[in-house]
Amino acid sequence: MPAHLLKPFQPQPWRDRRIEIILGNALRAGVLLSAAVVLCGACIYLVRHAHEPTDYRVFRGEPSEYRTISGVIQSVLNGRGRGIIQLGLLLLIATPIARVVLSIVGFAIERDRMYVAFTLIVLAVLLYSLLGSGIGL
Amino acid sequence: MTFTILEFTVIVAIVSFVAGLLGSLTGLGGGVVLVPLLTTFFHVDIRYAIGASLVSVIATSSGAAASYVKEGFSNIRIGMFLEIATTFGALLGAFLATRIPTSALAIIFGAVLLYSAFLSRKPRPQAQRNLPPDPLATRLRLNGSFPDEEGQRPYNVQSVPAGFSLMFGAGALSGMLGIGSGAVKVLAMDQAMQIPFKVSTTTSNFMIGVTAAASAGIYLSRGYVDPGLSMPVMLGVLGGSLLGSRILVKAETQSLRLVFAIVILVLGLQMLYKGIWGTI
Repeated sequence: MPAHLLKPFQPQPWRDRRIEIILGNALRAGVLLSAAVVLCGACIYLVRHAHEPTDYRVFRGEPSEYRTISGVIQSVLNGRGRGIIQLGLLLLIATPIARVVLSIVGFAIERDRMYVAFTLIVLAVLLYSLLGSGIGL
Repeated sequence: MTFTILEFTVIVAIVSFVAGLLGSLTGLGGGVVLVPLLTTFFHVDIRYAIGASLVSVIATSSGAAASYVKEGFSNIRIGMFLEIATTFGALLGAFLATRIPTSALAIIFGAVLLYSAFLSRKPRPQAQRNLPPDPLATRLRLNGSFPDEEGQRPYNVQSVPAGFSLMFGAGALSGMLGIGSGAVKVLAMDQAMQIPFKVSTTTSNFMIGVTAAASAGIYLSRGYVDPGLSMPVMLGVLGGSLLGSRILVKAETQSLRLVFAIVILVLGLQMLYKGIWGTI
């Protein structure tokens, strides 16, 4: 076990930099996870549809199975490649949101009420966008 | 001509990889060239292109965050405070994007590209040193310090209301066009708020992901995010920008910036043309 883990726990002020390093690593982990999920979906999608023609000229909008969280989960359960890609993209959208949630914890530990409030405002906007716009369950 | 899905995926992934690599090496961001490339060369509807670009913007911002943070330049309070402005702006931008005609979107996009090309040729505004503390910035605890050759160098943030309003505009453009809108952020943070450039670059990179996430939900629920298109764009841009942040080609950056600026300029003129003649 590394020596620093054996030291007795010392309460120390939660420095901004420590918060940021934790946040930075959390963000990177989230992105790599979502990229891995997208890649899995991509393999299934390409194996099944490689030789079909593409057409993105005309905007039709995605069907509901790729527009809502419940639709995406349903299509993942049906083993659809594009559903798995969309799940990866949802995870990607969730990573900055997770960062905002972790920031609230960090500011709360620092007892910085003003910034807890600011961060809650940002979180409210993000949740409104994600859930209030019809993407929700 | 039409591509098969396999051809399309491979070509778009390669193009996105190069865009991400160049964007990261030049610091101009790769997202800004993706939408015009996809609409012009791959005949993708601008709404699908914006949805895919927005997703890739989140990926590059979050992917780079860990390496930026280690350097100790970013200011989490400036970031969080300004994110209030950018996320509200992004909501407005995404709302507008679903309502205004695609030709208007193309014209706005063209104008932003031309401005980015122009800005990339100008020397970056240097924040003045030893400014007096601004009462509002002090109350909001925005002032900070960053590591310098001479140790920790403190800075005092200026013009908070002007910077906050400009960041609202940056958020709106990001939400409307699916880009990181780095050009407007330079105006807000470097010019108005006098934040030292290393601090503003790393802090704004941190903010881009949160801003993009605010409009991404709306885009997804409106059916703008196509999995088949977003997949090669996201994976390509992410791979390119991660590679770009690892290789340091300091000497080549100037000429690379010039080439990339010309590409942005040409794409901007093309978007304006298409928007004005309604051929988008």
